[in-house]
Amino acid sequence: MKEIVVISGKGGTGKTSITAAFAVLAGSDIVLADCDVDAADMHLLMKPDFAQKETFYSGETARIIQNNCTSCGKCLEVCRFNAISIIHDQYIVNPLSCEGCGYCARVCPTETIVNEIPKIGEWYISKTRTQGTMVHAKLNIGADNSGKLVAKVKNEARQITENLGKEIILIDGSPGIGCPVVSSLSGASFVVLVTEPTVSGLHDLIRVCQLIKNFNLPAGCMINKSDINPQKSKEIMAFLNENNIPLITELPYNEQFSAAMTMGKTIVEIEDKQLSELIAKAWNTITNKYV
Amino acid sequence: MKISIASGKGGTGKTTLSTNLSAYLTEKSTVVLADLDVEEPNSGLFIQGKLVNTEDKYKMIPEWKEEACTLCGLCQEVCNFNAVIRLGTQIMVFPQLCHSCYACSELCQSSSLPMISQKIGQISHYKRGKLDFVESRLDVGEEQAVPLISQTIKYIDQHFSQTRFKIFDAPPGTSCPVIEATKDSDFIILVTEPTPFGLHDLKLAVETMRSLNKAFAVVINRYGIGNDEVLEYCQNEKKRLLAKIPNSRRIAELYSRGELVFNQIPEMAQALKDIEDYLLKLSAKVLS
Repeated sequence: MKEIVVISGKGGTGKTSITAAFAVLAGSDIVLADCDVDAADMHLLMKPDFAQKETFYSGETARIIQNNCTSCGKCLEVCRFNAISIIHDQYIVNPLSCEGCGYCARVCPTETIVNEIPKIGEWYISKTRTQGTMVHAKLNIGADNSGKLVAKVKNEARQITENLGKEIILIDGSPGIGCPVVSSLSGASFVVLVTEPTVSGLHDLIRVCQLIKNFNLPAGCMINKSDINPQKSKEIMAFLNENNIPLITELPYNEQFSAAMTMGKTIVEIEDKQLSELIAKAWNTITNKYV
Repeated sequence: MKISIASGKGGTGKTTLSTNLSAYLTEKSTVVLADLDVEEPNSGLFIQGKLVNTEDKYKMIPEWKEEACTLCGLCQEVCNFNAVIRLGTQIMVFPQLCHSCYACSELCQSSSLPMISQKIGQISHYKRGKLDFVESRLDVGEEQAVPLISQTIKYIDQHFSQTRFKIFDAPPGTSCPVIEATKDSDFIILVTEPTPFGLHDLKLAVETMRSLNKAFAVVINRYGIGNDEVLEYCQNEKKRLLAKIPNSRRIAELYSRGELVFNQIPEMAQALKDIEDYLLKLSAKVLS
């Protein structure tokens, strides 16, 4: 089983649009996993049926049972996250600030603080409109995006891929360099980096490349909107060269990206064939040459 | 007055708006811009000021002192994050997993886990003309953005108490980093684009700001692409629309080179003026 993870560092480079286009091309040959669970968007293009839905609980949040509280103040004293405050003479936990370390409950002399495992989101197993299988999730607002939900989505996708006898999991990863993206990358066979030729595109590419180097993962790069700044595109290519990262393809700046999205379609399903041919070629290169 | 510029979706123009608005506002007001998108800080690429101060930032983690340790295992038991583990006759600490709650350290009977500091990133303070700019940058390999974001806001509070506008370029999404970056703010500007992704993520961002009880308004970037659904949403839901920044390849090109655009794009200057008018009124109200 091979895992192809698409990441970008910077948001808005076209990562999800490109991943969805790959998914449409591959149809039921692959299992699709949307690991960009914080503000997930893939479902808008793939129209999954949400056939199977599970609640996801993770971490802990403290709650003070008011009746038993003697207002000794020990909890407030030990909390490093300013999560406990006194409101109308009552000690109250602010769940958005609580990190769930459990220290307050441990020092409470009257055992009046309980740790509850919060619901941080939901995950789903679906059939997409192109008959592929998709595992995806929705993270709750303000949830601790510790990567646990990402790991859950990946593990479910692996299980399904094995059960279905498929060979490839295609994963839409998270932006940034923090815990969700680290979680998206674990177990990756090949990383597709989507970037754009802007100062911030290159800056963020350099940071994610450091990250994948730490994990020793093979990668290739796609430059989207490459003609918006040919000079910057050259700089990106020079950087890729130095780091032995192959360039998979360059895609021109094309407003069909958002036009297709507005129709709820991917860029390989619209009349403009310029992009779809490049994307199809890129997918072939990735699956035949690198994975 | 603290104003966070946020968006559910990445790449909608948060940094473009933060940098251009901050530079624009300096003509009439004192302004500090803080880049709190610590995983991928980009504002500095557009500000390029003169460095005035830089500080390494740390988080506290326990360090095992073997001598007095009785290997009782309490540290492992109290750690909710699996960051402290007893392995045979050793206590191992995994710094990336540690949330710095101090429980293992302070509850240890033999004081064998004193807290020490570990570098997680860096704050750099720049000056460009009248604009102060503070960049906060998480070290690659560090996974937790929140401790660095909160220390950066502290830095702003300490150094810029008299500054009229404190503009925060917030991280994308709706989870803990964006909560940390916006929870102290007086006002939030949500940047979106008029596409299905933009609308979907705007709704999430609106929900996030509601959960924090924050006053907010919307700016539509790249207006002209996609469709009118974001506009209709703002109208139907009575969300204040502060400005529309037109879609323009020229803006995208200037952005790609790291340039501020308002001096070269009149529509951008107009959008910023509309936002400034609103913020000046708002800040007069907040200050009074």
